[in-house]
Amino acid sequence: MSDASNSSVVWRGTAVSLSLLVVFLAAWQWGPGLLGIPPFIIPPLSTVANEAVRMWHVSGLAYHTGITAAEVIAGFILGSLLGAFIGYLIGMSPTAEFALSPYILALQIAPKVAFAPLFILWMGFTVYPKILVAILIVFFPVMVNVLTAIRTVDPDLINLARAFKATRAQIFWKIEFPASLPPLFAGLRIGSTLAVVGVVVGELVGGNMGLGYLLAFGEGQANTAMVFVAIVMLTLVGGAAYLLVILIEQRVLHYLPKRAMSGF
Amino acid sequence: MSDLIRLEYRDVTMRFAQAGQSLTAVQGVNIAVRDGEVVSLIGPSGCGKSTLLNIGSGLTAPSEGQAFVDGERVEGPNAHVAFMLQKDLLLPWRTVIENVMFGVEIQGVAPAERRRRAQALLENLKLADFSGHYPHQLSGGMRQRVALARTLAVDPTVLLLDEPFSAVDAQTRMVLQRELAQTLKRAGKTALLITHDLLEAVTLSDRVLVMSRRPGRIIDEIAIDIPDRDDPLKRRTHPNVAGYVNRLMDRLDIGAVPA
Repeated sequence: MSDASNSSVVWRGTAVSLSLLVVFLAAWQWGPGLLGIPPFIIPPLSTVANEAVRMWHVSGLAYHTGITAAEVIAGFILGSLLGAFIGYLIGMSPTAEFALSPYILALQIAPKVAFAPLFILWMGFTVYPKILVAILIVFFPVMVNVLTAIRTVDPDLINLARAFKATRAQIFWKIEFPASLPPLFAGLRIGSTLAVVGVVVGELVGGNMGLGYLLAFGEGQANTAMVFVAIVMLTLVGGAAYLLVILIEQRVLHYLPKRAMSGF
Repeated sequence: MSDLIRLEYRDVTMRFAQAGQSLTAVQGVNIAVRDGEVVSLIGPSGCGKSTLLNIGSGLTAPSEGQAFVDGERVEGPNAHVAFMLQKDLLLPWRTVIENVMFGVEIQGVAPAERRRRAQALLENLKLADFSGHYPHQLSGGMRQRVALARTLAVDPTVLLLDEPFSAVDAQTRMVLQRELAQTLKRAGKTALLITHDLLEAVTLSDRVLVMSRRPGRIIDEIAIDIPDRDDPLKRRTHPNVAGYVNRLMDRLDIGAVPA
């Protein structure tokens, strides 16, 4: 694809994207009224915006958003580190993979969010059970991607390094680790969005902090606008986490052809 | 070319276990390649050519017999041998010069010396302008030249080449063949070249060895008596080439077997 047609794709894409946003926001503002949908089902955009301002001043929206964001970041980082570490460890040892794979599979099939009540029983209404759910849910996509990457390194590449008398550590650091980075980042992208899911479920189940708490509180009050505000803020938190991963990925994987790394 | 033997296979036999039974890939192979000599190995697919290459580079041990490089018995990978495959095996996260330095880096050569060697090779192979590029920005022929530079950077006495140019287009192949021939001549390297291309075998080599179908044995040895081993393009036009190619076709039973 030439640069000229590439930039025209970007231009037209952006224009269409922005028009869609305007159409969506307009439909949100005036659609419910036109269709006769009452505000407690779908409150118009302006009501939700007013509610956001009220929550900012009265309900501590910034505080709760901050709590959720901190839990997401902590859960995401710890879950990713753990997933990557175990992925490399198992990837380097076929015996370990053989021995552990049934348990890993079982844990992977178990719905991770179902652990939330258990963790709250263990750790109380603190931030820790939420972080733990996020760790558990982020762990798997990262670990599986790293494991698959290590498994699929071209054996001829390993032989090439061996022919140069590479040590096991050199083979790992010079071939296996860098080769695993693109799949690792694919796993991190998925993990960054799943971390939000884990945290919110934890907050919904118990406690009086975070956007999940505001979500449950709004529901209890039949305050639909409040629920909408919480959903929007959660989406923003998830989006920010995802964007951060993309930015780091673009720095680390700068050697990949541009089109192989279409951002979003 | 001296009479010193650089690469030798002595009674090498290789068996693999496959589906519960033993399969003999190569049987009683004897090869001796002299210093500075280029020897080609041709034979039908699956005759164990690549097995011999793996044994020579120390990646696999033969079931019977021994391989020697520079008079030393091959007991594992060693610095005297380097191989190059059909696949370029370039690391996509390394620039061209970093890829060339891969082997010397593993061998622990000092950074300044690595860079000096890599730069000299890149210049010889007309790649100096691309030293900062990444592999995906290069053509197939250029990538294969980078692979050749990486192979030469460790300064091996013996090069094992497994169909190094079979993945590039015909014109690029001729250019690469000439570059290889000139490089081998200039550096005085010894090489064992595995190829399916009969013309490539004849134009690049001092000798051609023919292997049988499995279990692979050496069934013929043909000395190529044509001048200009460092210029395969010139050699191609020599009137005796056709005779050698015909003899190889004959020995390989090409035409008699269905493809």
